[in-house]
Amino acid sequence: MTVMTYREALRSAMTEEMERDESVVVMGEDIGVYGGTHLVTDGMLERFGPKRVIDTPIAEGGFTGAAIGMAMMGMRPIVEMMTWNFSFQAVDQIIQNAAKLRYFSGGQVSVPLVIRGPNGGGVQLSAQHTHSLEGFYGHFPGLKVVSPVTPHDVKGMMLTAIRDPNPVIFLEAGALYGTKGEVPEGEELVPFGEARIAREGTDVTLIGYGRQVNMLLRVADKLEREAESISAEVVDLRSIRPFDERTIVESVRKTNRAVVVQEQWRWYSVASEVAAILQEQAFDDLDAPVERVSGAEVPAPYARNLEIEAFPSEQQIVDAVHRVLYRKG
Amino acid sequence: MSTTKGQSRSRKASSQDDGPVAERSRTAREAAAASNNGAETMPLDTEKILELYKKMNVIRLFEDAAQRGFRTGKVGGYLHLYSGQEAVATGLLEYFQDTDKVITAYRDHAHALLLGSHPTEVMAEIYGKGTGLVKGKGGSMHLFDVENGLWGGYGIVGGHIPLGVGMAYALRYQGTDGIVQLYFGDGAIHNGAFHEAANLAGLWGRDGMNPTLFILENNNYGMGTSVERATAMTDLSAKFDSYGIEHEDVDGMDLFAVLDVAKRAVQRVRETGKPYAIEAMTYRIAPHGAADFLERYRTKEEIAEWRKRDPIGLVEARLLESGVSDETLDGIKADAKAIVDEAVRFAEESPDPPLDELYTDVYADTVDTE
Ligand SMILES: Cc1ncc(C[n+]2csc(CCOP(=O)(O)OP(=O)(O)O)c2C)c(N)n1
Ligand SMILES: [Mg+2]
Repeated sequence: MTVMTYREALRSAMTEEMERDESVVVMGEDIGVYGGTHLVTDGMLERFGPKRVIDTPIAEGGFTGAAIGMAMMGMRPIVEMMTWNFSFQAVDQIIQNAAKLRYFSGGQVSVPLVIRGPNGGGVQLSAQHTHSLEGFYGHFPGLKVVSPVTPHDVKGMMLTAIRDPNPVIFLEAGALYGTKGEVPEGEELVPFGEARIAREGTDVTLIGYGRQVNMLLRVADKLEREAESISAEVVDLRSIRPFDERTIVESVRKTNRAVVVQEQWRWYSVASEVAAILQEQAFDDLDAPVERVSGAEVPAPYARNLEIEAFPSEQQIVDAVHRVLYRKG
Repeated sequence: MSTTKGQSRSRKASSQDDGPVAERSRTAREAAAASNNGAETMPLDTEKILELYKKMNVIRLFEDAAQRGFRTGKVGGYLHLYSGQEAVATGLLEYFQDTDKVITAYRDHAHALLLGSHPTEVMAEIYGKGTGLVKGKGGSMHLFDVENGLWGGYGIVGGHIPLGVGMAYALRYQGTDGIVQLYFGDGAIHNGAFHEAANLAGLWGRDGMNPTLFILENNNYGMGTSVERATAMTDLSAKFDSYGIEHEDVDGMDLFAVLDVAKRAVQRVRETGKPYAIEAMTYRIAPHGAADFLERYRTKEEIAEWRKRDPIGLVEARLLESGVSDETLDGIKADAKAIVDEAVRFAEESPDPPLDELYTDVYADTVDTE
C-alpha cells in the first residue's frame, strides 16, 4: 500500500494503463501544456508526448465525438471533461452515438471510451456549473456509470474503466482531489457493479455514493455517540450502472431501515431507484418507509448560505434516521 | 515569428517555427497594427475623454477590489476579471442606445458597470449578498440588469451566442431599431454553438432580420490555450466570412480606435439589420480566473510587454498630451476609488439573501387559464 491523493490515484491509473497499452490516449481542454485545470494530468504530456496527451479547443461536442470515432477504431481514449457541467455540449455524442453504437450496429462495433472529470457542487459555482449527473447518465442503457469516493476505489475503478470495452462515465468527486488514502501498488482492479460496505452497523442503512459517503460516515459516528446510541451501516454504491442490488437488500434485511442520500435532485434520481428496489425486494424486511435526502429542487444558487441550504446536510440525515427509527430528534 | 493577425497578413511566416508558446504569441506592438489608429479620425472633446477615462478607472479598481475579496475569502465561486480589456467594452458601449441589448460570457463586470448598473449592487452580487444585482443567486458569472440592457452573464463557453442571435431577430420582429452587442472570446469561437449561430445570423441578416454586432474579444488565450494552439486558421475574424458576415479588426487596447470602429459598426448594424463583426485584439493582464498557473502558458515578460500598452495608460498619455494636468487625472482616480470603496463597503455590510429566496424564481408565474 502507498498513500496518495485522489488526484494522484487517478493519474497513476491512467499512467500505468498508458504504459501497458499503446492504444490508450488522453484528451481534453488544457490537459497537456497547462497540466490540467485540476492538475490530474500534470506531467503526462512530458511523459507521453502530444500524440497521446491531446490538448483540445473548447469544443466538447467535437472532441468527444472524435474520441468515440477513435474508440470505434480500437483506440482507448480517455476524455477529460474540465467539469461535467460542460458535458451537456457533448450529450448528443455520448447518448446518441457512444451509448447505442454497439446495439444498433448489431454487435459489430464497440466503444471502449472513458469520459472523466469532476462532478458535483459545493464551492459556489452557481447554476450552470453545479450538477450531479449520476441519475442523468445512469438513465441510458449502453453506458456504464461510476462514482468512486476513496483514492483506492478511484484507482481501481479507473483501471477497470480503461479496460472495459464499453463507454464509461467516470464521475469524480471534484471536491476531494486533494484527499489522501491508501492505494494498493500495481494492478488491483475494482470491479463495476459491486457496492462497498464502508461501515458496518445494525440499526439503519445509510446509502450514498461519491462525496456524500464521507458525510454519511461522519453522521454514523455522530449517531453512535447519541444518548441512545444508533448503529448505522454505511453503503457506498460506487457503481451507478451496473448496480449492485444485492448488497443494499442484504444490508436492509439486517437493519430493516434505510436512508438514501444524494446531492442531486430527487425527482427521477438514484435515490428514487434505490427506494424502488428496496420496496420490491425487501418489502417484508422494512420497518419504515425508505427516506430520501436530496438536493433542493432548484438550480444551484451562488450565495454561500443558499448553497448550504440547497445541499443535504448532516442534520437532515440525522433527522431522516430518527424518522425511520420513530425517534424524536 | 507567427502571430494571430501577423500570420494572416503575411502567411509565409505561419508554418516555419514551432518555438515555445510565448514566442509564438502575438505581441502588443502587432496588436497596435491591427487597425489604422482611430486617434486621427476621432474628434473627441476632452470632457468626453475624461468621462471615459473615469469609467475605465472604475472598472480596473473594481476588479482589483473583487480580487481582494476573493483572496480574503469573502467572494466565492469563479471570478473572471476584465483588467486589460477595458477599452473594448468602454468604446463599444459608448454607442449603446436604450433599445439595444448586451449579452456576454462570464467576464461581465465591466459590461454591467458601463451599462449603468450600480457598482454597489454589482459588488454585492459578487459577494453573494441579498442586495446583489440578481439577489445573490448568480454571482460574478451571471450578472443581469435587464432594465439597463444587460441580458447576462453566462458560464458555458459559447452557450450564449445563439441567444444573442435570437434576441436580435426578436428586436426586428418586434419592430424596434435596437441591436444586440454580442461579446465572446477567442476560445468560444471554436465551439459549435458559435458556428451554428453565426450561420443563422448571416442567413437571417439577408432579410434585414439580424442586427447582431458580434464582438470577438481576442485576448489570445482561452484559459491556458493560445489561439495558435486552438486552431489552424488563426485569423479568427475570417471565420465570419464563411457565414456571409462582414467584419473588421481593431486594436482593442486603444480606446480611440475602438470608439471609431464602434460608431460606424453600430450605425451600420442598426440601419441594415444585418450582422457585423469586430475582432478586438486585446489582452487580459489578470489571470484567467481569480488565479491560474500563468507561467505554464505565458511569460511574465509577455505580460510586462502588454502592460506598456495598458488601455488606461494610453488614454492617460493622450490626455496629458492635450494639456490636462496631473492634478485633474489624480482627482478622477480618487473619484473612481471612492466609488469602488463605497461598493465594497456596501457589499460587506449587506445581509445574506433570506433563505426563502432559495425557492423563488424557479418558474415564472403561470398565466391563469380560467
Ligand atoms: C463549454 C465549456 N467548456 C469549458 C469551460 C471552461 N472554461 C471557462 S472559460 C474558458 C476559456 C474561454 O476562453 P475565451 O472564450 O477566449 O474567453 P476569455 O476567458 O479569454 O474571456 C474555459 C475553457 C466552460 N465554461 N464551458
Ligand atoms: Mg480569450
